[in-house]
Amino acid sequence: MTTNDGNPRPWRDSILPWLTGAAMTAAIVMVFLVVPDEREQGVVQRIFYFHVAAAWLAFAGFALVAAASAWFLRTGSEAADRLAQACAEVGLLFTTLVLVTGPIWARPIWGTWWTWDPRLTMTVVLWTIYAAYLMLGRLSAGDDTTRRYAAVLGIVGALNIPLLVLAVRLWRGIHPAVMINKDPEAGLKDPSMIWALLVANVAMALLFDWLVSLRMRLLRIDREIAALDLEDERS
Amino acid sequence: MWAIARKDLAIERRTGEMLSSLFLLALLVILVFAFAVEPERLAGPEIAAGMLWATLLFSGTLALNRSFLIEREAGAWTALALLPVDRGSIYLGKMLANLVLLTFAAVVLLPVIAILLGTRGLEPAPATLAATLFLGVSGIAAIGTLCAAIASRSRAREVLMPLLAFPLLAPLLIAAARATSGALVGRGPAEIASWLAVLLGFDIIFATAGWLAFDWIIEE
Repeated sequence: MTTNDGNPRPWRDSILPWLTGAAMTAAIVMVFLVVPDEREQGVVQRIFYFHVAAAWLAFAGFALVAAASAWFLRTGSEAADRLAQACAEVGLLFTTLVLVTGPIWARPIWGTWWTWDPRLTMTVVLWTIYAAYLMLGRLSAGDDTTRRYAAVLGIVGALNIPLLVLAVRLWRGIHPAVMINKDPEAGLKDPSMIWALLVANVAMALLFDWLVSLRMRLLRIDREIAALDLEDERS
Repeated sequence: MWAIARKDLAIERRTGEMLSSLFLLALLVILVFAFAVEPERLAGPEIAAGMLWATLLFSGTLALNRSFLIEREAGAWTALALLPVDRGSIYLGKMLANLVLLTFAAVVLLPVIAILLGTRGLEPAPATLAATLFLGVSGIAAIGTLCAAIASRSRAREVLMPLLAFPLLAPLLIAAARATSGALVGRGPAEIASWLAVLLGFDIIFATAGWLAFDWIIEE
């Protein structure tokens, strides 16, 4: 078994944590001190920057789960399997952030914590799909077969997304579409708002990257320990 | 593929294990709903359609969970893996057997639900209803068979199977319940075409996915 323990990993161990901290500080300063209050929604709208950034990263994470799963099934690469697992865990965390920040915003603006709007419905179902994906790992023996099964599930889960979007859209149709709205009166008016969203996105992306790399290292160490235990038992 | 389906259906015919537990469970689900909510509130085509798919989902997933148990317990898993056929055929065979069971269950359950909850306001369009039921149970069979295989190795497979299957079946459940409630009040296929399209797309995508995925599922 190869290990990288001897080699220093400057990007993950020294640069990424500081960069994430700096970007997150910048995002917080932008969101709370720089951008103006939104005309109709007031101060609550500031949650939007983190909400949207978390949502984009969560979806990107689930796309990565599927891609890494496919890569694992083709090549059997250990790293691909660990990437899929780590992305599912961090993606689930970010989806949880989306599901927590959304209602905080919706309560004063829509007058309700939750509605069965297509995007909300889709997000909560996605949450359950990836929670189940992680449960599969917890409730099974951590061998190669389980990893293959998880990879199949990672891909099938992603295949489900287009159908889910279609079904919930046909079923229900009040979520604000800020970025793709055709109405010239809607959207982000102040240029500092767009910058704030951008900075929040970069900060969230760095946080995502950092958490994923930490989880991947932990998973590797777990497996090395399991392998050592096995050797112990044999000898 | 046919041989596997025939074998599973033959076992089922002798023992009746899956069907009897499926029906009893479905009946209990209906009773649970009736006790939890006032039964009078459960009248009408929308509720009947929803109840049908909720009971099929609960009892179907639990029954399908046993799909691979015989192979696992009898140690025939390796024999399955050694069969000189395409692994996807094993999936299709299992799915076909499950589809037959679920179709049978749906056909029996619908009148039972209609009788227990009241038939007021129901004017079913038979052909549309049949098509909807078939497309719906096909999707449950496609996902159910795949998830049963994935869960079969786990020590907690009884819990894991519904955990895996329910979220994946969410689009199917939405579409099947709307299409069925349309068909129960006499709407034709054109009026519920978009729901039928979702169901058909679901079936094709996941039957294909299961067929392809079995190359990696059975490999020990």
